[in-house]
Amino acid sequence: MAADSVEREILIEASPEVVWGVITEPEQISRWFSDEAEVEGRAGVDGTLTWKPGGRGGDKELDSIVPIRVVVAEPFRRFSFRWNHPQGAGPDESNSALVEFSLTEEADRTRLRVLESGIDAVTHDDEGKARYLQEHEHGWEKHLGEMLDYVASKPRVAAR
Amino acid sequence: MVTAVAEDDALWAAVADPTRRRVLDALLERGEATTTILAEGLPVTRQAVAKHLAVLNRVGLVAGQRRGREVRYAVRPERLDDASEAMARVAAQWDRRLARIKRLAESVQAEAESISNPTRRVQ
Repeated sequence: MAADSVEREILIEASPEVVWGVITEPEQISRWFSDEAEVEGRAGVDGTLTWKPGGRGGDKELDSIVPIRVVVAEPFRRFSFRWNHPQGAGPDESNSALVEFSLTEEADRTRLRVLESGIDAVTHDDEGKARYLQEHEHGWEKHLGEMLDYVASKPRVAAR
Repeated sequence: MVTAVAEDDALWAAVADPTRRRVLDALLERGEATTTILAEGLPVTRQAVAKHLAVLNRVGLVAGQRRGREVRYAVRPERLDDASEAMARVAAQWDRRLARIKRLAESVQAEAESISNPTRRVQ
């Protein structure tokens, strides 16, 4: 496992079909992930995840809109997507993180694994970091990490 | 009630926005600044900057201090924490998402079973 990847799993008392619905249907995605989701559980589909710190029905100006592209959608078994690429750009290894879900039936339950990799895809060197700061329009947790690095590299003028 | 989970999600949502990160950048560079000064250096209105500052303030990333008629904002570096924690945060975030997925799926499953027992599978 690469240094910039994270793998987690959980055992769920439900069939893979049910779990599949929860991780791929937009109305379900908005209950465990973003506040709003426009995406389909179909390979190649581009969509968006939207976080609304202003609350639902709140100020749209505050929204964070994150691009997502479904890579693999093998019903009840595998679902993966790339996200956090720059708006309008095609996602690839250099500009996005990859999230891969795998579902395995165990007796009457489902083991759900998630692997996120390429978390610092755009921040591996100074040039990448500078590019990220200029070009990356939307982000998430990895951007928090990026921001933390960035802040750590700055003189703490704000520290009082 | 603000739970740790909700608080972390809020922090996340606060920094996921490019304009808010630029506001943070500008504050880090200047040390502190008013809404008006920040708006001069950003391609957004003063009102927009004020809203973004309110979001950042709510999650504790910035703090405002009144000086006479104006409020000067500064980043609260302690909230930014140690960079090395970033990956742990990602992992914790996925744990929480998986826990939510589990809750949702198990409630769907239980509902389906109560309706169409003894069939386990739903469509």
